[in-house]
Amino acid sequence: MVKAENVRKSFGKLQVLKGVSLEVKQGEVVVIIGPSGSGKSTFLRCINHLESIDSGNVIFDGQPVGFKQLANGKVMPVKGKELCQLRSRIGMVFQRFNLFPHMTALGNVMEGPVTVLGKSKEEARHLAEELLAKVGLADKAESFPSQLSGGQQQRVAIARALAMKPKLMLFDEPTSALDPELVGEVLSVIKNLASEGMTMIIVTHEMGFAREVADRVVFMDEGKIIETGTPEQIFTTPRHPRTREFLSSVLRGYEKVPYPQVG
Amino acid sequence: MQLGPLDINFILQILPNLLLGAVMTIKLTFFAIVFGTLIGLFVALAKISGIKILRWLGGLYTWVIRGVPLLLQLMFLYYGLAFAGIVLEEFTVAVIGLSVCGGAYIAEIIRAGILSIDKGQMEAALSMGMTYSQAMRRVILPQAYRRLLPPMGNEFITLMKDSALVSVICMTELMRAAMLLQNATFRPVEIFVTAGLMYLMMTTVFTTIFDRLERRLAISDGD
Ligand SMILES: Nc1ncnc2c1ncn2[C@@H]1O[C@H](COP(=O)(O)OP(=O)(O)O)[C@@H](O)[C@H]1O
Ligand SMILES: [Mg+2]
Repeated sequence: MVKAENVRKSFGKLQVLKGVSLEVKQGEVVVIIGPSGSGKSTFLRCINHLESIDSGNVIFDGQPVGFKQLANGKVMPVKGKELCQLRSRIGMVFQRFNLFPHMTALGNVMEGPVTVLGKSKEEARHLAEELLAKVGLADKAESFPSQLSGGQQQRVAIARALAMKPKLMLFDEPTSALDPELVGEVLSVIKNLASEGMTMIIVTHEMGFAREVADRVVFMDEGKIIETGTPEQIFTTPRHPRTREFLSSVLRGYEKVPYPQVG
Repeated sequence: MQLGPLDINFILQILPNLLLGAVMTIKLTFFAIVFGTLIGLFVALAKISGIKILRWLGGLYTWVIRGVPLLLQLMFLYYGLAFAGIVLEEFTVAVIGLSVCGGAYIAEIIRAGILSIDKGQMEAALSMGMTYSQAMRRVILPQAYRRLLPPMGNEFITLMKDSALVSVICMTELMRAAMLLQNATFRPVEIFVTAGLMYLMMTTVFTTIFDRLERRLAISDGD
């Protein structure tokens, strides 16, 4: 579904991604964990080309993201319509929701299908109502984001991303901006998606959730993937000392978080 | 009939001339606002675009226009163009001068408005597959618009008052109508008080409209 090969990315002198390779298969749920500043967000943003990459390759659904090789071997940036088309098939959910504040919840979810996919208002409304119901917010369709709690906003944001019928969903710390009591409702929506077979890459600090939902857990530190494994293996027998160190530091803090640990 | 120092009969005599001038002031202001806003929008977009030369040109434009008196710009346009053999009607010169000048200030207002919108909005829009211009039209500008109203209202009032400057290029709007009457009759009190009240009425109408718009948006707005 998506394959990143040796992705490198610098901001000025600061090299944020130092050769990251990751392959995610259809229907797989990959959770990325790691200390803040390790490049997790940047990596996600390279996948849908919100950031360009300096070198390496990102291939989504058989198509190169950002750059494509022509028949004569030359490399060309992918731009305009082609890039938009590609992005429309990758849903992204942000830490700070980024709902459009001047539109209702329904308007937010309808926006992509109408503007990007050119669907009729009716069709889009129908789809949007369905998706809002799916995330448990059928009764909030006419509310503006400012009238919703953080957890509700994030669920609308998930519905908005799903409205594009994406083949891949990227979650960048979807619950980090939420009050602890609102985390559960968002995580349960994501778990439902996982059980429906959605392909997902999730950056999170919710270790209990990671353990439950992930097919594979990736530990990133200082712009590199340090260790990859099943949740069982990463959480119980981490091989790398830095993974152990990171896990013990977050798990200590994690005892305060109400989300129940499963496993 | 006398009202304090004001001779009402005389005021009634000069009223038609002043009203004609006021109509011209309104016309000038209207065109200056329309073209100035268009110029301002494009220059603002140029100044935040990823294309270096556009950013540079936009910067040059606002730098020059905001750094040179409007009076000088108008004189330069009117006499300079005539000197170069390009003769335009006074009205055309006046509209060009006022729009080009207003456009520079409006560009800064719009640019600041766009930049005040959280970066996450553009990212969310792009990540859905919108093009840059779709994101601007559907997501960024509608939000910026709300924040633009107050400074734009101010700028429109400034443009209306600055339109008095086109009197120097023989454009007979309210200010020049008043000056011509003054030269013919030497009765400054009635003339300038009446003209001043006309300006005040026009600017008040503007302020009221913008206050209403702002309040309406504040109600319909989620935030
Ligand atoms: N647009 C940017 N410009 C400059 N530096 C950035 C930018 N985005 C991220 N960084 C830097 O890159 C590093 C990795 O950031 P990020 O990918 O957000 O890490 P994480 O999501 O793991 O916390 C940080 O040091 C951050 O300051
Ligand atoms: Mg991050």
